[in-house]
Amino acid sequence: MFIITCPFCGERDQSEFSAGGEAHIIRPKQPTELSDDEWADFLFMRKNIKGVQFERWNHAHGCRKWFNVIRDTSNDKIHAVYKMGEKPPSD
Amino acid sequence: MSENFRSIETKFLDKTNRISFKYNGKKYYGYKGDTLASALLSNGVHLIGRSFKYHRPRGIMTCGSEEPNAIVQIGGNGSFTEPNVRATEQEIYEGLEASSQNCWPSVEFDIGGINNFISPVIPSGFYYKTFMWPKKFWYSLYEPAIRMSAGLGKSPTQPDPELYDHNHLHCDVLVVGGGISGIIAASISADNGNNTVLIDDKNSLGGSSIYQNNENFKIDDEISSIWLDKKIKELKNKKNLTIKRRTSLAAFHSYNYLLARENLADHKSLDKRLNKLRQRLWKIRAKKVILATGAIERPLIFNNNDRPGVMLANSVKKYIDYYGVRCGDKNIIFTNNDSAYETAISLNKKGINVSIVDIRNNSSSILVKNAKDAGIKIYWNNTVVNTKGYRKIKSIQIMEMSKDGTNVVGKKTNLPCDNLSISGGWTPMVHLFTQSGGKLKFRDSDQIFLPNTEMSDQISVGSCNGDFELDDVIKNTVSECKNFISTSVTDYDSLKVSCPKQKENKNIWLLPNDKPLGKTKPFLDFQNDSTAKDIKLAMREGFKSIEHVKRYTTTGMGTDQGKLANMHALGIISETAGVKMGSLGTTTFRPPYTPLTFGTIVGRNVGTFFDITRKTPIHEWHKNHKAEFENVGQWKRAWYYPKDGESMHQAVQRESKAARESAGILDASTLGKIDIKGTDASEFLNRVYTNAWSKLGIGKCRYGLMLNEDGMVYDDGVTTRLDENHYVMTTTTGGAANVLSKLEDYLQTEWPELDVWLTSVTDHYATASVCGPNSKNILKKLFPILEFNDGNFPHMSFKNTELDGINCRIMRISFTGEHSYEINIESKYGKSLWEKCMDAGKEFNITPYGTETMHLLRAEKGFIIVGQDTDGTMTPIDLQMDWIVSKKKYDFIGKRSLYRSDTMREDRKQLVGLLTDNPNEILEEGAQIVQDEKKQPIEMLGHVTSSYFSPNLNRSIALAVVKNGKNLKGQKLLVPMKDKTINVTVSDFIFFDSKNERLNA
Repeated sequence: MFIITCPFCGERDQSEFSAGGEAHIIRPKQPTELSDDEWADFLFMRKNIKGVQFERWNHAHGCRKWFNVIRDTSNDKIHAVYKMGEKPPSD
Repeated sequence: MSENFRSIETKFLDKTNRISFKYNGKKYYGYKGDTLASALLSNGVHLIGRSFKYHRPRGIMTCGSEEPNAIVQIGGNGSFTEPNVRATEQEIYEGLEASSQNCWPSVEFDIGGINNFISPVIPSGFYYKTFMWPKKFWYSLYEPAIRMSAGLGKSPTQPDPELYDHNHLHCDVLVVGGGISGIIAASISADNGNNTVLIDDKNSLGGSSIYQNNENFKIDDEISSIWLDKKIKELKNKKNLTIKRRTSLAAFHSYNYLLARENLADHKSLDKRLNKLRQRLWKIRAKKVILATGAIERPLIFNNNDRPGVMLANSVKKYIDYYGVRCGDKNIIFTNNDSAYETAISLNKKGINVSIVDIRNNSSSILVKNAKDAGIKIYWNNTVVNTKGYRKIKSIQIMEMSKDGTNVVGKKTNLPCDNLSISGGWTPMVHLFTQSGGKLKFRDSDQIFLPNTEMSDQISVGSCNGDFELDDVIKNTVSECKNFISTSVTDYDSLKVSCPKQKENKNIWLLPNDKPLGKTKPFLDFQNDSTAKDIKLAMREGFKSIEHVKRYTTTGMGTDQGKLANMHALGIISETAGVKMGSLGTTTFRPPYTPLTFGTIVGRNVGTFFDITRKTPIHEWHKNHKAEFENVGQWKRAWYYPKDGESMHQAVQRESKAARESAGILDASTLGKIDIKGTDASEFLNRVYTNAWSKLGIGKCRYGLMLNEDGMVYDDGVTTRLDENHYVMTTTTGGAANVLSKLEDYLQTEWPELDVWLTSVTDHYATASVCGPNSKNILKKLFPILEFNDGNFPHMSFKNTELDGINCRIMRISFTGEHSYEINIESKYGKSLWEKCMDAGKEFNITPYGTETMHLLRAEKGFIIVGQDTDGTMTPIDLQMDWIVSKKKYDFIGKRSLYRSDTMREDRKQLVGLLTDNPNEILEEGAQIVQDEKKQPIEMLGHVTSSYFSPNLNRSIALAVVKNGKNLKGQKLLVPMKDKTINVTVSDFIFFDSKNERLNA
């Protein structure tokens, strides 16, 4: 049960949030022009890294805002939290 | 009259408070402060239970949570009964009833004991090898027999009458363990202004140091226990410190989130427990954690090391020095280290006969010198090769060991005894450390795993960190704590500590014997009866990983989770496989540290508090009119309204007929409602629904189908355009929350450029849906100012109006196929609206109908229910709803997936109607559909998704998904059931009014 710092609300218990999978997968603007393989790649393929992973989280039982989290999946350490549309912190 | 073994005065018990309790039906006495174990030992009772597999007699081995053997059933047969309680932890109270487990007819004479004699044919894994053949014996013989012997104690058969609670706790520093290092740590932490909590699982603080009265252990020239006692008294006056006794840490999760169980009543008699909290689960969030969980003494592994009367040396010391109870009159101590000599000296000082068997050649420790000076007989370089005595140990046989320690030499010596105290060194309790994600390292010198790298802000101090000598414990605890909480001065900086130092280490995981291993029983896991030879058998059979060996042999899988002997299992594997222990690793330490009651886990969330119940504003009316309710998600929905003893079938047939013949009314308040506002609202709907929305006029309604990005149907519902930039969307009852969060997701992450605002208004409106040929007449009475002709108020349109001055939204939409209106009103007027509808409809025999009738009516019309006729693998094309999928729109959620090779397959399962050849036969929902029953294996074509008897068609109807169903219309198929096969014909899935004439009737 980790603590997540919502960029809008501050430090909250994990139980207030829901996870939304890998971050920075942008929905193609012109899906109809993609091949089956390209579309399947967007639709299904996820990295599932053991280690530092970029993830989407939603403050579901709070402000309902989506944001990005950099989390080490091997030990749940959260390295950074940043808003949607923002670039990940560089370090 | 049993002999009294409580010969020594002790300050730790309240001798003025004598307590009577029953064990196996017999009355005994103890004192306040006794555990069940110490009280039984004081009465000379050692035999407690039978072991799990071989039913061997077992006694009390330890004095704490690591106890594998002395687990008992507490309470009689009533609802207070509790199995698998450790007698070493259960405090006695007036009227306590306890009994032995896993034995029949009694612990003294147990039929299951026969397993002990047939043990050669029931080794580890015999289940997998034995019960394979003949196959038919499994159900008739093997399984019932296995079930009968499974488990130890008996579960209560009645609901738990006691109260449990959950509570949150936030602190700067949490100290786990109230032994000497925990007390020093808590004191330093609190002195430095930290809000500190100290928890300990015992009823009093001090750990094993509090009864350490050996003169070799001194702090500031005082015997260590006297010094410690003063420090404990000082703790009580510290401002920032909270002490929780009888509180056992169950779990240590990441980010310093911990769970602890506080025992509030288990030590009180039943009359004092009534309506009071029994246990409380603390959910602790600590900024810093100091683990001072101590160490557990290791047993030694030799032949027949499990008899009642074989105990851990330090526990024997606690029983004599703390509880004043001697565990035997003729004691032998069997050890590989110096610490067990403290027990010998303690016993000797009290005039109790004791001798020592030591596997080492000698030791230069001051403790050993003291023992020698006291005239205690020591057998150096000897090992125990056998023990005798069935219900209690009577004698041991010892032999000299060869120089390399791998064998025994010479002759056996027989030593009579009534207690054997064993000590194989110490194992730091690193369970909690590893639960939190910490990694261990192995220390070769004394063969222990120690905390190495931690994942959160925490330290381990004292013997759980590998310090076993008093001076090291204090020095290192103080310096670690200073570092940890950033302080330079403490009260403990210049303590003078003197103590004996451990000399001459020697460790042998499996002690040698004169007999081959196969002829001996050296127990590792006392509760699950796994022996050293089971470990070796597993390895011979190819199990290499410690995790696999554990599961195959069940070593460490009892209620004690192998606290005592998991290390020996590792040691034996390491020796046999020739792998270093450090690289072998350990099994995973999982929470809880000690078993938790279900009551503690669920707390207050029982009965009506188990889950949230949502009720519509009209709920009371349904209840008063005898509705049966159906759970839909968390909602309670009126299911049907039985009249005059009607069955469900009869009620539904009546309701369905009334709705089509005159008028019906349904509480549709539970449907999800999302308010959508913003200049891009139309564009947003275009992107989330499969059909086009831009051209929908203000005041008009449209049915929409929502897909997942994978092209599968996700939700459906009618959305109404209230204004230029204002819509209200309805969703399925169960899908409301998920749809909202899905829409928010797209809005916030994929299309942040859209000006759209979503608000859930499900609970804000109550909805009464009035349908049937007379619905218009009823509405006319309620809303006389509205024009109800098809020109002004056509199907799929909306009017904003008032009912007695209260704003109403009326949508003319239909889920039943009838002329129908949905009236939405602010929730608090919901019941009043419903009653007005009922009044106005009286002359038309308006009939309230529930969800079952709604399902039937829509099935007659072939309308799908998302989640019943779809299951996340159905595209709109599969549902033959091509008409709702826009070909013109450039994109919408899921569009691209409809053109994947798999979704375009012709032979996908598709929605069809099914008509049974016998019109009175009703198919079962979920039944499988096949074409050819004879062909093996039978090809499964699909299944029935909805099935009803339609009163309006006077026959049964069903919806089903069938492979290639689109092309099978008119084809005969089979629905095989348990006792018969039903013949069906594939039909169109619209059974009733396929031209939609009734909508405008």
